[in-house]
Amino acid sequence: MNWLSKQASDTQITHGQRMWLYFLAAVIMFLLVFPTLIVIPMSFSDSQYLEFPPEKWSIRWYEEYWETPRWINATITSLQVAFFTMLLATPIGTMAAYGLFVSGSKLGRYVFFLLMTPMIIPVILIAIGTFYVFGKVGVVNSIPGLVLAHTVLAVPIVMIIMTSALRTYDLNQELVARSLGASRIRAFFSITLPQIKFSIIISALFAFLTSFDEVIISIFLSGGGNSTLTKQMFNALRDYIDPTIAAISTLMIILSTTLMLGAQYLGKQD
Amino acid sequence: MNEKLLKSAERKEQLLLTALTIPALISVTLIIVIPVGWLFSLSFLGKSGDFSLENYQKMIVYKSYFRVFKTTFNVSFLTTIFCILLGYPLAYFLSQVPKKLVGIFMITVLLPFWTSLLVRTYAWLVLLQKKGMINNFAIDMGIWETPIKLAHNLNGTLVGMIHIMLPFMVLPLYAAMQRIDRQTMQAASNLGASPIQAFWQIFVPLSLPGVAAGSLIVFILCLGFYVTPAVLGGGKVIMVSMQITAILEDQFNWGAASALGVVLLVTTFIFLLLASRFLKLDSIMFGKH
Amino acid sequence: MKQNITSLEISIKDLTKRYGKIYALDTVSLDIKAGEFLTLLGPSGSGKTTLLMAIAGFNRPDSGSIKFANQEMILTPPHKREVGMVFQNYALFPHMSVFENIGFPLKLRKAPNDQIKEKVHDALKTVQLSDYANRKIDQLSGGQRQRVALARAFVFGPRILLMDEPLSALDKKLREQMQIELKQLHRKLGVTTVYVTHDQREALTMSDRIAVINEGKIEQLGTPKEIYNSPNSSFVADFIGESSFLQLNRKGDDLYFSSEKIITNKKLNKNKEWAMVIRPERLSIVNKSYRKNSSNIHFSGEISELVFQGETALALVKLMEGNFLSVRLSTKSSDDFNNLKTGNKIQLCMNRKDVIIIPH
Repeated sequence: MNWLSKQASDTQITHGQRMWLYFLAAVIMFLLVFPTLIVIPMSFSDSQYLEFPPEKWSIRWYEEYWETPRWINATITSLQVAFFTMLLATPIGTMAAYGLFVSGSKLGRYVFFLLMTPMIIPVILIAIGTFYVFGKVGVVNSIPGLVLAHTVLAVPIVMIIMTSALRTYDLNQELVARSLGASRIRAFFSITLPQIKFSIIISALFAFLTSFDEVIISIFLSGGGNSTLTKQMFNALRDYIDPTIAAISTLMIILSTTLMLGAQYLGKQD
Repeated sequence: MNEKLLKSAERKEQLLLTALTIPALISVTLIIVIPVGWLFSLSFLGKSGDFSLENYQKMIVYKSYFRVFKTTFNVSFLTTIFCILLGYPLAYFLSQVPKKLVGIFMITVLLPFWTSLLVRTYAWLVLLQKKGMINNFAIDMGIWETPIKLAHNLNGTLVGMIHIMLPFMVLPLYAAMQRIDRQTMQAASNLGASPIQAFWQIFVPLSLPGVAAGSLIVFILCLGFYVTPAVLGGGKVIMVSMQITAILEDQFNWGAASALGVVLLVTTFIFLLLASRFLKLDSIMFGKH
Repeated sequence: MKQNITSLEISIKDLTKRYGKIYALDTVSLDIKAGEFLTLLGPSGSGKTTLLMAIAGFNRPDSGSIKFANQEMILTPPHKREVGMVFQNYALFPHMSVFENIGFPLKLRKAPNDQIKEKVHDALKTVQLSDYANRKIDQLSGGQRQRVALARAFVFGPRILLMDEPLSALDKKLREQMQIELKQLHRKLGVTTVYVTHDQREALTMSDRIAVINEGKIEQLGTPKEIYNSPNSSFVADFIGESSFLQLNRKGDDLYFSSEKIITNKKLNKNKEWAMVIRPERLSIVNKSYRKNSSNIHFSGEISELVFQGETALALVKLMEGNFLSVRLSTKSSDDFNNLKTGNKIQLCMNRKDVIIIPH
């Protein structure tokens, strides 16, 4: 049977009549992905201008990255900050999401809204505000200060993922477990936790990525030996187009793609 | 009677559940409430250190502030419009594709969504530069003859911002379109609507909450944008966030920077409040995933 | 194999639960006998599930008392109440096998492994799922899941079994089969069972007693026969079984419908309006040879609708007085239904003993 004349919608439109939509969607999807992915082959260009397709292939920008202590140190700092942010934000966000979801009190709605504000408030405000306060306390340019700030940005993301996981989860199971003799805590750990564990891992991945990719707060709160990778990249970008960044960008794309695809895969398991 | 005992047992249980949010509340207090509150009070301090409105008065008096606000609104508005124009067909396509294939096409939205904003801004910088791919391509095709300056101006900034914000539009739009009961379209057909009539009179109105939610998210996030205009604007596109940093870097004037930040924050909340009158806030927050 | 479970009586007193201004439970008092099968029957939102959840300990009332065998339980957390519970959607643990699901309460009680094995297999045998121990939950049909949920709820020997519309997700045939199986299981276990349903037929089929609940109050408590034959309010009469209502006029101590005297009762409250409830199957159509007599009540009217329903048929009769009555008819070929047509004028009679009078 000819695919083009098959029904494609609830209103008996055929695929043939929908070609324009498929074409338009393909163009938009191309525009979404292309600028992200084109960086990858470009990073292997030998030229300063990163032309595409490269006239001559080379890994000189990767060598440049690897041999510059400034870049490597920044990478290590970013990984550290992201790791600790993940360790903090995942349990904090999961606990808050669970508590608010189960209690269902009126006050809970306001608490939820308050905890979501970091997603809405312009980040520049958080950046200069914490910069000012941390300056008073003397924790600017320290990793713990940055971790705390990134944790607050990541908690809403963890909460959104965990709340939607709890929505699809049948909380009656916890009630049953309790009627069968399990305490509230026991019911959570033996019944609920095993069923939402993948969502917890997914939110941990996204907490990590949120911190690793964050720019503005890092610009203000990190510095000296503790500059993050994004801060170094931003500074380098403002002056001229440093081709080394193409290599770093490629590495970052690979990191986020791996984490995202991993999350997608895990999402199907829960 | 046992009313008091029952009440205290109920309160204890509620307290226990609320206690789970305490670590989150403490961190939000440390990172959001105290710093933003501090900025708020700083904005009302004059040069002399006393209470004064001079930081706010400056904004009305100086033309440069007006220009910054105008640019910010302009860029945010244009980005939102283009995101609707590009996001609607894509979300519609995704909502019509068989369930099995959605995951694959969705990757094209999620991949940029989760790719560092800095990386994507950099990618556009490379593509749009004078010897960049787009200029080369256009010259090879004979569209224009000499390299054109594509980055470091308003257009470059817009291109980058639209690309970065598009997933924020597509995801809530797709979620809203998914919620539309397919039978309403069949019913419309059955009642005699042509496919085009059914689309415009049934599907589009039902998807409007998604458009509103997506637009709100895009617009609000644009208002506070910093990285993309700073890199792709080449100093010609000054948005509020950049002005705040500039004031701090050049004049070290915390009062003025704070006042500008407060105005930005209040503007954001006004739009949020306006939107919450006809949108459920929950659906906006959860629209993101 | 009779499992020796000592069942408990439940004594509920003045239980009240408010949500804002709405009373989900309004000073409810109810005594459930040991070993009894009691059904809480009511429309959705009537408070029946709230009451069940209060007995289980998941819903904390504002005031009142719940005693199991004279022991106050109202402040006891659910996991210490030793109450088995079956939920509407079964709430089986999908990450555990059938065996692990049923063994879960035993494991919590630190039973040794061989004892767990024995008890789970006994329970599986009781619910006729002996071969399914190692299945995953998503490999089971709806009816099988129902049985696993049931086995899990009684395997640890609870003294009370609570069920919240456990059959509502099953199709009609399976539901009717499970009703009988549940009844048999109850007889075998002898455990006090509180069963929530909104299906009046299910309640009539299964219960020792029924508590009809409406707007947070118990409207009537009694055996299925009592509830059906002598409802004490129009709500109960309307909710359970089919019925037609006829408004009655009072003259002194007598109640009349039109010119027919229905009942004489000196104790009738003179300040209330009274109505007569008529069950469709209690009416019969009179044939020509019939003679009116004082042990029956008579109506005459015209058939306005005839509906064939399979095992029986229903006639809607418009009385001369303008009211409508439903009449249940046999569908045997020799009987009324096949000889009647809409528009036929007919006479109806019913035994005076079947008359139900309720305040209206």
